[in-house]
Amino acid sequence: MLSLIVFLPALVALALSVLPARLGPRAFAGAWTATGLAQLALVLALWTDLPASGYGAVERREWIPSAGISYHLGVDGLSLPLLALTAVVFTATAVHSWRQADRPKNFVLVFLALQTVSTGLFVSLDLILFFLFFDLSIVFMYFVIAGWGIGAPAREAALTFFLYTFLGSLALLLGFILLALAADTPTFDIPELAALNPLAGGGTYAALTLLALGIGLGVKTPVFPFHTWLPPAHTEAPAAGSAILAGILLKMGTYGFVRIAMPLLPAGWRQFALAFVVIGVISVVWGALVALAQNDLKRMIAYTSINHMGYVLLALGAAGMVSADNEQARQLATTGAVYQMVSHGLITAALFLLAGALHTRGHTYTMSAYSGLATRTPHFAALFSVAAFASLGLPGFSGFIAEFQILAGALTATPVATVIAATGILITAALFLLAISRMLTGPVRTPDAPGTPRPFPDLSAPELLSITPLLALATVLGLLPRPVLDVIEPAARTLNDLVAR
Amino acid sequence: MGMSVNSDPAALVPEITLLVSAVTGLLAGAWTPRERQGTIHVLAALATVVGLVATALAARQPDETVFGTYVLDTATHTTRAIVLVAVLALIALSRDTVAGHKRETEFVVLLQLGALGSIALAGAGDLIMLFAAFLLASVPFYALAGWAKQGRATEAALKYYLAGALAGVTTAAGVTILFGVAGATDYEKVADGISRGPAAAAAVGLIAVLAGLAFKAGAVPAHFWVPDIAEGTPPPVAAALTTVPKIGALVAFYRLLDTAIPAAAIDWRLITAVLATAGMTLGNLAAFAQTSALRMLGYSTVSQVGYLLMAVAVAGRTPLAQPALLLYLAAYALTNIAGFAVVATTHEHRIDRYRGLFHRDPLLALALTVALLGLVGTPPTAVFVGKLEIFTAAMDGGLAWLVVIAALNTLASLFYYLRWITPAFRPAEDDSAAVTPPSRWARAVALTTAALTLLLGIGSGIVLNALGASG
Repeated sequence: MLSLIVFLPALVALALSVLPARLGPRAFAGAWTATGLAQLALVLALWTDLPASGYGAVERREWIPSAGISYHLGVDGLSLPLLALTAVVFTATAVHSWRQADRPKNFVLVFLALQTVSTGLFVSLDLILFFLFFDLSIVFMYFVIAGWGIGAPAREAALTFFLYTFLGSLALLLGFILLALAADTPTFDIPELAALNPLAGGGTYAALTLLALGIGLGVKTPVFPFHTWLPPAHTEAPAAGSAILAGILLKMGTYGFVRIAMPLLPAGWRQFALAFVVIGVISVVWGALVALAQNDLKRMIAYTSINHMGYVLLALGAAGMVSADNEQARQLATTGAVYQMVSHGLITAALFLLAGALHTRGHTYTMSAYSGLATRTPHFAALFSVAAFASLGLPGFSGFIAEFQILAGALTATPVATVIAATGILITAALFLLAISRMLTGPVRTPDAPGTPRPFPDLSAPELLSITPLLALATVLGLLPRPVLDVIEPAARTLNDLVAR
Repeated sequence: MGMSVNSDPAALVPEITLLVSAVTGLLAGAWTPRERQGTIHVLAALATVVGLVATALAARQPDETVFGTYVLDTATHTTRAIVLVAVLALIALSRDTVAGHKRETEFVVLLQLGALGSIALAGAGDLIMLFAAFLLASVPFYALAGWAKQGRATEAALKYYLAGALAGVTTAAGVTILFGVAGATDYEKVADGISRGPAAAAAVGLIAVLAGLAFKAGAVPAHFWVPDIAEGTPPPVAAALTTVPKIGALVAFYRLLDTAIPAAAIDWRLITAVLATAGMTLGNLAAFAQTSALRMLGYSTVSQVGYLLMAVAVAGRTPLAQPALLLYLAAYALTNIAGFAVVATTHEHRIDRYRGLFHRDPLLALALTVALLGLVGTPPTAVFVGKLEIFTAAMDGGLAWLVVIAALNTLASLFYYLRWITPAFRPAEDDSAAVTPPSRWARAVALTTAALTLLLGIGSGIVLNALGASG
């Protein structure tokens, strides 16, 4: 079942690769959309029979037994929401790409490959399998940015992206090797290592391992100070690429913390929890402040991603700090962190697709070039406002549920850090309100080509059909969080028990 | 491990097949009309297949030392297999280049003799045997380097020959010194002798021998011939010279240090680790600036030897070292041949001429991507698993600093490999530019070897089990 979910997009890509490119964007994007919907249906089927504890839909086959590597897949409450998120965001991106004009066939093929890789990462229960998907996500995203970004800056940004995140992945690999060697019989199996807990004693070895994992996952997340690759990558990537990069790929970093770093290195995590809290808070504040200073819409959204991912790290750090008697708080923090990943994935993907819609019309991301869009393009304005409000954490949207839990959970453990982090919400609110007032209100002004006014139509059907469901889902998750929380909470409890042992 | 000494030539079927095929080819070639010389290549390919079958059968036998000097164990069997597969791929790869050439037969004969030398290097369990194998692995390849007799090939061949002559003298001197110190040439007895004799003299002798092996492997500091050979000779020759001798030389490196030199007497782990660091770093630094695809591949092979030497540095200290080395060698051989095969297909030596390759030939562009990202060590290619094993072995063997250097070098190497991959996926600047028709054999080899690197990566569990890795 999981193998099918993971490799369905790759199989479709293989089938599509023999079709002639002249079939046009609709055929390829249509097939991609259908694949996404099929994958989503399979994930929902999985959702209905997720076991109350442990991993569901487990598949395990020998791969490299001598090195302790196996093809091991499974889902639990930490991965299932992200699995669903992956299917949703990719499907939305597929719908968005119905009018992809530039080499639509290859575009769809690369994204299908990326979809397989992203799905696979979230269900991997083996470190090397995880690494395989982690590394391939970089390769395929590189091709997206270098291939469909615009001109030389795109290639430069793609190279920066590749080199920087590849450095992260190598650090991660070193960390994985250290983890595997820590066991008496080297193994890369995640549940086995979690059960063995070979580095329970902490010490230098555990600290170095955690450092390697921290760098590897931190680059991908990204957290301050490893975030410098993110803004150029986003600015140069096509809208669909940005949506996937921010919506899915960044989650690979934070997911790695909850799946690998915390349960496999509990002693190290508790010892250095404060460091993660500090890095998280710096990311929150730094991301928000720099976002505030941007005049480029995409860069602004990119920096808010750093801000939002900072909350996740703050929560996870706090979960390692809270004393054993305050289980309730830790529970809130970890659950909030996972909820934040899902929420951010939906909202940021929508924001980036909206930014892409703007660029298609105005050929620039400069916010000051636009004004009064509310009268000119009411649909765009409405959706952008909803996305902005969702992103700044207004009650009624998923972001609020996530951030409220994170801050409430972290408060007892690290009151100072939490209060500082809360200011991030204020700054984000300010910057989104500012963006709304600059772009949507006032006299109508859109960037024109010299001499000739460009048509500036409202959102097209594919754009509406891709962005609206993302925001609708963010709203549903904000109003009715229970179904998802019910899945996350037991897994979060298990995680906390693993960290606290 | 019950080792018995026997002198049964039947134990050497793969070697003998190569030799007989080479000699027969040479003789038959003299009487075969030029347009039918292709049959010699077919015979050579058949002999290679026979050698592979014999290797597979021999690998089921228990380890033994034959003729008192030649060790038959997993390392030798694996070297045989890798070298023979490489020879098979190279025979196919060279078809477009050699067909109808006036020295068509010579190509395959020299290749087979050099391959025999490479295998003999791997099996050598005796200093004299090692030197003999060194010569056998050298002389045919000097001639092969000059095979094309055109352009810069002659200069490259001369450079290779002179460097090789120096390396040969050094090796001979080293062997003599080691013999003088230990009073024996058999590896196990040498080990005994060295632990009792003067360590300083033994160290000098060892370094001299290692210099010779480094030359064969194209390792720093004896790597100066590599870029010239890579660029100056026709791609099939370059592929042969940067692949075949490396395999035997590195296994010889491993066996010599592991069995003949007690690490307590001479700190060869440090020497090897330093050579590894220098190799990967210098190879990478030199590759950065290249605009020629072949020169870049040449320097990339220099850096690859650096990673391979990491496994040698922890020989005997972790059971992972030998399987890691052998798997990496197999992965390297396939991937390197794939890289050269792409150049042989397109006839384009300049990296910027690869612009638009994906548009012209999507499969070849994908093969190039798999080969180059494979050399970086991207999963699921074979080199990734090789690197993973080597990193794990080095870490387990206490050389974590070396692993960090290797990881940083891997990152650096990505930069120049990408410089070649990226243009291939961009639209061509000028479609009217005359494009040489692609070589079909070379293209087939490029696609096959690239696919095999993926297969070997995915099937590495089975291979590693066969190589005797245990969890």
